Amino acid sequence: MDSHKRDAIIEVEGLTKKFGEITAVDDISFSVKRGEIFAFLGPNGAGKTTAISMLTTLIKPTSGKLLINGYDPVSEQDAARRSFGIVFQDPSLDHELTGYENMDIHGILYNMPKKERKERIKTLLELVELWKRKDDQVKKYSGGMKRRLEIARGLMHLPQILFLDEPSLGLDPQTRNLLWDHIRELNRKENVTVFLTTHIMEEAERVADTVAVIDYGKIIDRGSPKELAERTGSSSLEEAFLSLTGRTIREEKAETMAQMMSSHMRRR
Amino acid sequence: MSVIYILWIRQLKRYFRSKTRIVGALGQPMLFLLALGYGLGPVFERAGEGDYVQFLVPGIISMSILFTSMFNGIEIIWDRQFGFLKETLVAPVSRVRIMLGRTLGGATVAILQGMMILGIALLIGFRFESLSGLPVALLFMILIATLFTALGTAIASLLEDMHGFQLIMNFLVMPLFFLSGALFPIQNLPPALGTVVQFNPLSYGVDGLRGALLGTYDIGFWTNFNVLTLSMVILVIIGAYLFSKIEV
Repeated sequence: MDSHKRDAIIEVEGLTKKFGEITAVDDISFSVKRGEIFAFLGPNGAGKTTAISMLTTLIKPTSGKLLINGYDPVSEQDAARRSFGIVFQDPSLDHELTGYENMDIHGILYNMPKKERKERIKTLLELVELWKRKDDQVKKYSGGMKRRLEIARGLMHLPQILFLDEPSLGLDPQTRNLLWDHIRELNRKENVTVFLTTHIMEEAERVADTVAVIDYGKIIDRGSPKELAERTGSSSLEEAFLSLTGRTIREEKAETMAQMMSSHMRRR
Repeated sequence: MSVIYILWIRQLKRYFRSKTRIVGALGQPMLFLLALGYGLGPVFERAGEGDYVQFLVPGIISMSILFTSMFNGIEIIWDRQFGFLKETLVAPVSRVRIMLGRTLGGATVAILQGMMILGIALLIGFRFESLSGLPVALLFMILIATLFTALGTAIASLLEDMHGFQLIMNFLVMPLFFLSGALFPIQNLPPALGTVVQFNPLSYGVDGLRGALLGTYDIGFWTNFNVLTLSMVILVIIGAYLFSKIEV
């Protein structure tokens, strides 16, 4: 690898995924530095989840090179899998089981010894303020509690990277703020690199060190939120985003943009 | 090993914690047993075939196991979209072990369901031939349950969403049940029907269960056992293969 990339924990080169005729991710390249909070910002259907699915071994790329913590997710699947934790866009908890049981199963799946599991569960559940509710079934948790549990579970096996796919989806503003505080705290305390996707600009602006703007499967710009704003001559990331993705109005774009803007409005 | 075990335990916990699911899954077989058993009983007896409720109970146990295990397999479709499945798919564990844990868990739940039907049947007057038949009955329940959970898993691994679910119920599960000898004796059937019954693995399960509980086989213990075991092994292999190919 090039020397300037030595501190990169995720390296992606020419990554492409085609589903039949449709190119969901189109020849993207980027790298994520160890310890940073990196955000993929883009409208719905831009290819964010597809990119995460490839990074996390769930689907195979059509072409391109990928390295997660130095491992290839296709040929060194298990080593790559041990390197990251993930919170999916759709919930993936077992609602019939308790918070504690969900954590414990995760530990067993990642081959952690019993004693280590016990200690780790306590540390993490206390960190996300769920220890008191550990023996309640997950179906009795609120939306925000479920997300916090998923985040704690993603960190259970001491991963180097935490993937968060639209983590604030469906949460009210108070819960969202709390969630981002938690994520920043975990990023610091656990020294874990955070890779998140969002279509909400203010979130990316608030929490991320580096933002990559993705649309139609391509990365159209990247940098710190401030750099992006300056480069596009905008006062905020939101304006920068609109100037990047909305430069020309295309027929098929109207729908996704309208959808994105309305959901953005609702969330404010 | 611990992965298979924990996924098996997980499904048992889920089962015992949802009482509505247990009661709900008992409702349909009981309706079949009571309505058909007492409704068709007199006709059956007049035809010289003996007590229809006695005849029907092994069939209804098979039906309950068939429905429950197919459902537990097919559950993967929404589990992969909205549920716990993705959590297991990104874990550093081979897909085959995940599939085996799930299949054994789903099968065990189906067996418990079948045993509950047997218990209720005993309460309403069903009598089995001898105690020594019970372990044999359990053996056939295990074979039926594992076979159809694996079949459900295989099908679910191929489907993208729940739209196909109704299709599977109407064109696979119901025919498997109705064309198995669960409801009627399989000797002297019209040739076309007889042939279909012969190619239905559930027929061998129903006959095995009936033989174990009532003492007389139409097909024979070893044929039942061999056909079921062979189909089960093949379906577990196909199911594990298709499951390991799932992309989310």
